[in-house]
Amino acid sequence: MRENALWSLIVVFVPFSLVSIGGGPSIFAGIQHQSVEVYHWVTAREFVDLFAIARAAPGPGSMLVTLLGWTVAGWTGAIVATLALFIPSSLLCYGVTKMWNHYRGRHWHTALENGLAPIGAGLILAGVFAIFRVAGAGILSWVVAGVAAAILAWHPKLNPLILLVGGAVAFAAWHGMVPSG
Amino acid sequence: MNPTQAPVSLVSLFLVFFRVGLFSFGGGLSGWIYREVVTLRGWMSDEDFFSGLALSQILPGANVTNLSVYIGQRLRGPAGSICALIGLVIGPFFAVIALVTAYAQLAAMPWIQDAMSGAAAAAIGLLLVVAVKGAYSASRRLVPFLILMATFVAVGLLQWPLVPVVLGLAPVSVAFAWWQASSDA
Repeated sequence: MRENALWSLIVVFVPFSLVSIGGGPSIFAGIQHQSVEVYHWVTAREFVDLFAIARAAPGPGSMLVTLLGWTVAGWTGAIVATLALFIPSSLLCYGVTKMWNHYRGRHWHTALENGLAPIGAGLILAGVFAIFRVAGAGILSWVVAGVAAAILAWHPKLNPLILLVGGAVAFAAWHGMVPSG
Repeated sequence: MNPTQAPVSLVSLFLVFFRVGLFSFGGGLSGWIYREVVTLRGWMSDEDFFSGLALSQILPGANVTNLSVYIGQRLRGPAGSICALIGLVIGPFFAVIALVTAYAQLAAMPWIQDAMSGAAAAAIGLLLVVAVKGAYSASRRLVPFLILMATFVAVGLLQWPLVPVVLGLAPVSVAFAWWQASSDA
C-alpha cells in the first residue's frame, strides 16, 4: 500500500516535471486536479492550505509537491516527491546548458546570448508584476518593494535580510495600527 | 570576471545557493542569485546571467532550479550543477515541512501572516533592482530595449503565455544581435 503511494507520487510528478514550461505556476492547476480529484491525497481545502504554506516558506513555490509527498507518506514521501519533480527537468536543463556553454565564443552563440538577454530581463520585470498580482498586493507592498529597491540600488552590498526584516516589521506595525486592513 | 581564471570552489557554490534557498521569501530568488553571483562575486557577466535566465525560463522545470543548474554547469561542470541544485533545495525542503507541522499554531497568530507578506514585498524590491539593471543594459540600443518592453507588456501586462511570446520575440532579437555583431566587426 505504502509502496503504491510512493509509486503514484512518481507517476504523477515526473511528467509534470517535464511539462512545467515557464516554471511551477504552469503546473499547479494540473497538480491540484491529480492530488484532489484523481488520487484523493488531500481535500480541496487542504490543497489551498498547502499552497499557501509553500508560498510563505522560502524557496521555489514548487516545494508544494514536497508537502504533498509529506502528507501522503511522511519523510519518504517528501523525498520521493521532491526528487520526482526536480530531477527530470534538471537533467534536461543540464544537457541543454552543457551544449550551450560548449559553443561559447562562436558567432551565432554570441548573437543568441545577446538576443536572449533583453528577453530575460523583460521576463524578470513581468515576474515582478505577476507576483504582485498573485499576492493581491496593496499599496503598502509597492511602497516596501520600492523602498527596498532604492536602498539596494544605493548600497548593492547591503545584506537583503535587513530589508526583509524591515519589510516584515513595517507590515506588522501597519496592520497593528490599522486592524481592519 | 572570467570564471576560467579563478575556479569557484564547490563548497562556496553550495553555500551561496544554500543561503539563497533558505532566505529567499516571496519569490525573489533570481534577484538573490543575481546579487550573490554577479554583483557580489563577479562569477559571471550580466549577459551570461540574463541569457541563462531566459534559457532557464523557456525550459521545463522551476526557473530557479534551472538557473542554478545553468550557473553550476558554467562554473564547475556537473559537480557544480549538483552542488548548486542541492544547496538551493535542501534548506526549503526542511523549512516547508517544519512550517506545515507548525501551521495550526502559526495560523492563530495573524501578525505572522503580515510579517511574511512584508518580507515578501521587500524581496520583490530585490527583483526590481535586477529588472532595472537589465533594462538599463538593454536600453543602450533601441532594438533590445523594444524587445525588453515587448516581453514585459506581453507576459506581464497582457498575461499572454510565456513560451509562445519568447519563441516569437527571440528570432527577431537574435537576428538583430547577429546583424549588430557583424556590422561591429
